Amino acid sequence: MHPAPSVIAFTTFSGLGFGLLFWLGLGQPAPTGWVAFAFFALAYTMAVGGLLASTFHLGHPERAHLALTQWRTSWLSREGIAAIATLLLGGLFALLRMWSQSGPALGWLVSLGCLATVFTTAMIYTQMRTVPRWRHWTTPALFLTLSLAGGALLANRSTAALVLLALAAVLQLVAWITGDKQFAQSGTTLATATGLGEIGRVRAFMPPHTGSNYLLKEFAYAVGRRHALQLRVIGLILAFGVPIPLLAAGLTHMTALIAVLAHIAGVLCLRWLFFAQAEHVMGLYYGKR
Amino acid sequence: MTTLPPPSAVKLGLVIDLDTCVGCHACVVACKGWNTQSDLGAPLSDQDPFGAAPTGTFLNRVHSYEVTPEKGPTQQVHFPKSCLHCEDAPCVTVCPTGASYKRAADGIVLVNEDACIGCGLCAWACPYGAREMDAAAGVMKKCTLCVDRIYNEALPEVDRTPACVRTCPAGARHFGDLGDPDSAVSQLVAERGGFDLMPELGMKPVNKYLPPRPRDVDQIDVLAPLLAPVGSDGKGLIAWLDRTLSKLPGARD
Repeated sequence: MHPAPSVIAFTTFSGLGFGLLFWLGLGQPAPTGWVAFAFFALAYTMAVGGLLASTFHLGHPERAHLALTQWRTSWLSREGIAAIATLLLGGLFALLRMWSQSGPALGWLVSLGCLATVFTTAMIYTQMRTVPRWRHWTTPALFLTLSLAGGALLANRSTAALVLLALAAVLQLVAWITGDKQFAQSGTTLATATGLGEIGRVRAFMPPHTGSNYLLKEFAYAVGRRHALQLRVIGLILAFGVPIPLLAAGLTHMTALIAVLAHIAGVLCLRWLFFAQAEHVMGLYYGKR
Repeated sequence: MTTLPPPSAVKLGLVIDLDTCVGCHACVVACKGWNTQSDLGAPLSDQDPFGAAPTGTFLNRVHSYEVTPEKGPTQQVHFPKSCLHCEDAPCVTVCPTGASYKRAADGIVLVNEDACIGCGLCAWACPYGAREMDAAAGVMKKCTLCVDRIYNEALPEVDRTPACVRTCPAGARHFGDLGDPDSAVSQLVAERGGFDLMPELGMKPVNKYLPPRPRDVDQIDVLAPLLAPVGSDGKGLIAWLDRTLSKLPGARD
């Protein structure tokens, strides 16, 4: 799948923003006044910035409000509704916190909304019958764990961050080990795609066009896949390998900054791989994966 | 509304005969032509059409495959592919705006371009590569089964069929109601063992494909025995010519 920068930025930063908002909703930490403003501003910058980035790849962003109408069937629609509802409730909660008012029930609702938003984002990918690598429980599990881990890191919840980062690293490894086999296990091949398998061995002989097209650019993106192993190692080191020891040693302001920046760079790298390594069954028609 | 309607009684679709298709791409051109001049939606645009790297939007494309049986010669199969108007169409249910829909009356899957935000998710959900985003219009384009032809009483009756079917010189494309077991297309599917593409994905495509008929396995051609290689024994006139010509400048091995 084509790793569109807008979608990578969106899933990474809105994941982190909603992760931070989750912890703030739980009152972990429970700042007041300007400190509260700073925390909520950081969460909102990332969550809203991510959501805005996601509209950059739309053909008609001016019609984006229509995307809130089809929640009965569409995970993308559900995500939009969950995100907006959570951000509205979170805004109210932020105002309460800045004036040192407590609203635990509202806070819990905001946290629940954050989980719902990240889960619906993950389900947009998980639901795809056409991309076997994504169609697995590890996709929502990893999206949620990464969001909560990054949020805990930003919220300075060291113990939670440590546990969640370790869990996310394990889930990422499980997702790679299972994901690498899922296309083969799905049973979809050029033989089933063409229905010619009964006659003999099928090979793509001649493409329908000599140039490229939307389908090849969007679904048969293979650039950089040969560096996948190196990028996996780099992603693991940055997202988990750097922050975990720093957290274990106890964070200072300087090491916290390093841990956060490394984690964000690592998640961006892992998200790039999430798209670039995902193989769409349509590619089979072109003899590609 | 992106909720799929209950399965319609009428299921309009295509039956494509892989035995008959000659791979001339006339259906591709007819489709592009009709849907570019159609009032139904934005034209099918091209980018850099006369330049070094032309691309463009097409709703129908013809692949070619090589099939090698266990025994017998390799076959080449031309393979036209367009929207299969699936009964369980995932491109419809993923749409966040309701632009994608399946008609309850005849099962045709369409895009309301005025509501399409161009997010591309429906194309992700389609395993067949039947949907293409138009780079100029920023909306998703797909086969409409020529809904503006098949019910169009301003056209002579013979033309009330999809442009690809109307133009096919080999008669490899058939249009009809696959929901009616007695229709000509349903009979053809039953007779010839028509099949679904990627049945394991459970999209329940309405369009069906007819397999190539079995070929003779013993002999490629009746003339084959007469076409045995000559002049490889190093004797006679052919061999002398071969040696002599090889000595001339510019001769290849």
